Amino acid sequence: MNAFNTAFAALVKKDLILHFANRRSVVMGILAPIAIAAFFGYLFDTSRQAPSAIPVALTDLDRSALSARIVAALKGDSAIALAEMAEDSARGAVTQGTQRAAIVLPEGLADAAPAALFGAGAKPVITIVYDPSQAATLAVVRGLLTQHVMTSVSESIFSGRDPALGRGMLARVREGLASDSSVDAVRRRDLLALFDSVERVQQGSAAASAASAAGSVGLGLPFDTRELQATAHAGQSYNSFAHSFAGMSVQFILFTGIEFGIGVLMARRLGLWKRLRAAPISRGLLLGSRIASGTLIALVLLAAIYAAAFTFFGVRIEGSVIGFAGVAIAFALLTACFGLLIAALGRTPEATRGLAIFATLLLVMLGGAWVPSFVFPPWLQTASLFVPTRWAIDGLDAMTWRGGDLSAALAPIGITLASAIVCGAVAIWRFPTEQDGAPGG
Amino acid sequence: MLDARGLHKAYGKRAVVDDLSLHLDPGRIVGLLGPNGAGKSTTVAMLCGLLAPDRGRVIVGGSSDPSTPQGKRRIGLVPQELALYDELSAAGNLALFGALYGLAGHARAERVQQALATVGLADRAHDKPSSFSGGMKRRLNIACALVHNPDILLLDEPTVGVDPQSRNAIFDNLLALRDAGKALLYATHYMEEAERLCDQIVVMDHGRVVAADTLDGLLRRLPAAQVLQIDTDAAIDTARLAADTGTGPVTQVGDRLSVGLADLATQAPRVLTWLAAHGYAMRHVATERADLEDVFLALTGRQLRD
Repeated sequence: MNAFNTAFAALVKKDLILHFANRRSVVMGILAPIAIAAFFGYLFDTSRQAPSAIPVALTDLDRSALSARIVAALKGDSAIALAEMAEDSARGAVTQGTQRAAIVLPEGLADAAPAALFGAGAKPVITIVYDPSQAATLAVVRGLLTQHVMTSVSESIFSGRDPALGRGMLARVREGLASDSSVDAVRRRDLLALFDSVERVQQGSAAASAASAAGSVGLGLPFDTRELQATAHAGQSYNSFAHSFAGMSVQFILFTGIEFGIGVLMARRLGLWKRLRAAPISRGLLLGSRIASGTLIALVLLAAIYAAAFTFFGVRIEGSVIGFAGVAIAFALLTACFGLLIAALGRTPEATRGLAIFATLLLVMLGGAWVPSFVFPPWLQTASLFVPTRWAIDGLDAMTWRGGDLSAALAPIGITLASAIVCGAVAIWRFPTEQDGAPGG
Repeated sequence: MLDARGLHKAYGKRAVVDDLSLHLDPGRIVGLLGPNGAGKSTTVAMLCGLLAPDRGRVIVGGSSDPSTPQGKRRIGLVPQELALYDELSAAGNLALFGALYGLAGHARAERVQQALATVGLADRAHDKPSSFSGGMKRRLNIACALVHNPDILLLDEPTVGVDPQSRNAIFDNLLALRDAGKALLYATHYMEEAERLCDQIVVMDHGRVVAADTLDGLLRRLPAAQVLQIDTDAAIDTARLAADTGTGPVTQVGDRLSVGLADLATQAPRVLTWLAAHGYAMRHVATERADLEDVFLALTGRQLRD
């Protein structure tokens, strides 16, 4: 056992010395993820700056009092930066990317919308032209448009603030109902009775509005919202650097794993592997020492990156420290086993490096390091659950800004460890046993 | 010390080593001589347990398989490649490889110093191989195989790319190791090295042993132990010269006439007299001893060098 320990320790020590001897590479391996994480963290930092208003173009083809009210409401919404322009210009602006979406209020909106509110008559169609590369914007614009159109239409009908507008709209609705043959007699009778009530409300609202300019009467949103960030502690702002450091740590440490694997291939090419295999040590010890040293190196790098995150970017382990350490160790082990798998399956360092980088970028991308996984289509979100990097990043998130306890770390640790074991087992199974290369001279 | 019998290794249908047998004894250097692609490196790999033969067996120290830890501890491999870690010092390299053989603490430190001293690098213990010359790297390569004090040393082309002075230094080291009682196998395609170092030479070609003997024994197989080289302007009737003087083989390529002599003292004057009697002018006369190149040519019909 002593000889085993001596050989094992010597091999691990050798790998550590060789890795950290290349100071430039080590420094870059630490600085690069810090720099990129800082950049992404700053971009997504909502606590320091208000979210940018979404640039939206609008074309009002209706030119009615109702459409003017809608336009005014949209202009008053801080989530949108509204710019009125002709329809062709609006569409062009979206195509060029200067506007994220364009809203076209159709001609006849004021005539058709009130009737449609009561289920009578065809609904007017408001066209939204949106930038397909910003698909998430569509839902936001549609939601805000719905809110303001509903409010404007119902307010126009029910409030007395603009009696002519309200009575006029109701009169047009009655006319439309009278000529709509698709509405049966019973429903027509009920709706007309409703309109009579609405008219009485209008008259009452007009009197109340004359007495007081405050408030509006209409179908507004039946609730108010209070937004609270789901962070570790009440009142605590989201630290976007926590997620960006998680993502970039995972990415760049996996790149280090690639270098582990390439290093083994280089050792085989240089004859070093032959010398190691000629020694009285088992294949298991040789490969096991590689896993051990790779894990240690990954842990040191992770510690250095997170030291910067803690010191300069306010990242904190708001959750379980043990959980954080567990996720870190499991991921470091995964990195080492991944590197060994590369060496086991690779042929030449040159051919292997390109494929390994591609595989790593795929793992990192699906893990949510670049783009949050919630923007993935549903099938891809499901697929990402089978990617260990997703669990590693989620685990680091859970232990930092989400403030999860140890139980929240168990699944990420378990799945990452299991992935490491699978990688390691395949690597050991597939690692070449006989001397590589051609029959000799 | 090491006994290899009937070793056979094939890759696909191509036999790289076929029915090879050799024996290493303490205090002797056995040369494994053959051109590139003869199967030398594959043989070395099988002897040190890196490669399992398809047939045959290797026994180390009378009882051990070289692929077992006991067998491996008795063997030191000097690979053809410079298997050194450039970022570790010379002593660091030796300490690592010594640790793999179970050396630790003071014993390992002592062995490291001894191995470096053996190859003449004791004063460069703390320097990195990246600062060494080619010859020094080769010597360090040998030291790494010596650190655990093996009984058997297998060297696969250990002087590739080395200048003559460093090569001589390496040869001196190897002869000293032989004199210290180690068994050495020296694989090379340089006949001069085999001639200088080896007590026995195993000649390989296309994976098979074509001859195995001492240098003198191999040379005795040749029809001529010496060659008389004569530069002349005339075309010589070589068959008549050989018949009249009882020498041979006799060949002429351009101006150079080569006459094989079994006995220099008696036959050389006979040849010179014959040439003079027939009116052939001789511009230059020299003698050359037959060498392993001639042996290989006689045995295989091919040149040893590519």
